[in-house]
Amino acid sequence: MDKNRSDPSARGIRIEGLTKRYGHGDTAVDALKGVNMVVAPGEVVGLVGPSGSGKSTLLKCLGAIIEPTSGRMVLGQDVIYDNGWKISDLRALRRDKIGFVFQAPYLIPFLDVTDNVALLPMLAGVPNAEARQRAMALLTALDVQHRAKAMPSQLSGGEQQRVAIARGLVNRPPVILADEPTAPLDSERALAVIRILNQMAKQFDTAIIVVTHDEKIIPTFKRIYHIRDGVTHEEAGEGRGTN
Amino acid sequence: MISLAGRDILHAWGKFVLTGIGLGLLIGVTLTMAGVYRGMVDDANVLLDNSGADLWVVQKDTQGPYAESSSLYDDTYRSILGISGVARVANVTYLTMQVSQIGDGKARDVRAMVVGIPPDGAGHPGQPGYLVEGRRLTRGHFEAVADIASGFALGDRIRIRRNEYTVVGLTRRMVSSGGDPMVFIPLKDAQEAQFLKDNDAIRAQRARTAQSPALNRPGVPGLLDAVIASQSTNTSVNAVLVQIEPGTDPEAVAEPIRRWKHLSVYTRMQMQSILIEKLIATAAKQIAMFLVILAIVSAAIVAFIIYTLTMGKIREIAVLKLIGTTNRTIAGMILQQAVALGLIGFVVGKVAATFWAPVFPKYVLLEPGDAVRGFVVVIVICVLASVLAIRAALKVDPAEAIGG
Repeated sequence: MDKNRSDPSARGIRIEGLTKRYGHGDTAVDALKGVNMVVAPGEVVGLVGPSGSGKSTLLKCLGAIIEPTSGRMVLGQDVIYDNGWKISDLRALRRDKIGFVFQAPYLIPFLDVTDNVALLPMLAGVPNAEARQRAMALLTALDVQHRAKAMPSQLSGGEQQRVAIARGLVNRPPVILADEPTAPLDSERALAVIRILNQMAKQFDTAIIVVTHDEKIIPTFKRIYHIRDGVTHEEAGEGRGTN
Repeated sequence: MISLAGRDILHAWGKFVLTGIGLGLLIGVTLTMAGVYRGMVDDANVLLDNSGADLWVVQKDTQGPYAESSSLYDDTYRSILGISGVARVANVTYLTMQVSQIGDGKARDVRAMVVGIPPDGAGHPGQPGYLVEGRRLTRGHFEAVADIASGFALGDRIRIRRNEYTVVGLTRRMVSSGGDPMVFIPLKDAQEAQFLKDNDAIRAQRARTAQSPALNRPGVPGLLDAVIASQSTNTSVNAVLVQIEPGTDPEAVAEPIRRWKHLSVYTRMQMQSILIEKLIATAAKQIAMFLVILAIVSAAIVAFIIYTLTMGKIREIAVLKLIGTTNRTIAGMILQQAVALGLIGFVVGKVAATFWAPVFPKYVLLEPGDAVRGFVVVIVICVLASVLAIRAALKVDPAEAIGG
């Protein structure tokens, strides 16, 4: 990981001509029709689009949850998909190379804050003490270190989302997929989360894709991918209020 | 790696402990049922041990005296005593009946096995062992030695049929194969109790005999008196208990008795087989059936609880799968919870069974071997019961963690 961090080209994500077809024959539906996307390390981009536009399908393809029909995906310098998976252990790929932040935090209710974050590195074989140390460092960076021993049910919505972000970052993945991370939050907290994501992207050289239709945060992105009918269009954003 | 199962249990320990207690009571009932069976086998063995006999001589073609009724003349023992290899013999009668305690404020009925024995000394077959208080029977009439399980105390007066007896001794673990406490009385009294009719019946029988031309013939003086005398006395016993000389083969002694005396003879092994395989066979099958039903009910409860707990964590499981948790880790978490539930249940069940066994109306023998077997069965049931929940958890699509 540290070696990757020193080489920016080893991080980020590139997608070329990605398609996804559901079903066969006359009933087939093309959810993605040749999506192209590049997100550099340290960059946060928005992926916006109406319901049914293919946002979730794209997120699931990027997250190696469903298999695309064709196209190419490159994570850092690794081709992970080229008209077929090039990685045999998708679970390990998700664990080590992709971070997830969900609409709801979905923290594990029976683990305290530290262990919710430390669980991922532990699953990857990192010793418990080191995993907890790593988790604590992130919780400190996200200013929730004072809730380290609290259970998820004892946290506010904003605190829970920050812990979820820490969990997404803890394995230092090259890419983070954030699915409507500000949906349950008010404007102030939503902007705070986006600010944190930008800080973390820079600090850890992580490419972050934020799926959203939250009007209040769209102006914060410097680059936005609009998706409609399975096709993406890139445009420059305002990049306001993220520093 | 942290224990996900352990953390989940600690998080919802109240629910887990209460479920474990419920399951434990069920396991306690299961262990008790097994203990009841063991108790019945032990009662049968104790009955044989306490008789002090090596051979049981009974009426031909019967499986008496415990499993079937058997009637022998009470002088049969003399001819048995003369057979080579026989050390001691004793007539004995057995009769399971209600024994009434009498006296001011003490009136009550006790189900007991009344054993008639000759008032011989210690060591003779049929004599009560483990005398814990008082003395043996020394007189020919109206004394009794009772097992402490009967609740009688020294000096208590009890009524058996028409006669009253004084309790002069107390024994321990002298029970019938059904677990009823034994009450030893002199053989003559026991013969009367078993075979003698009440006064009205005797008078009616005498009248009937006197009216019979065959038994009251004119010109045969003394015949009627002789017949009535034979009808009024009883010379039967249920069995003759035989002790053989040390080093003698029981079969070598039994064989001539069978051949020349036209009686049935059972060795210790044969009598054990009659008691355990025949006398308590139906009860054993009933208990086995209960054990199977209880095992199925326990499995269903564990499966239901674990399945419900798992279904309540579907979203968390989807998140775990999405962030890269292996199926093995998730299956392990559910399996560990099922096993933990089984462990809690087993400990509660074992403790509960140990506490209520002494107050159980029937003798409950909780053997360590049964506890070990029960533990293994509980764990196997829990593992099998978790399969349903594990299957459901492994089917969870990680995409469920992502909306849309």
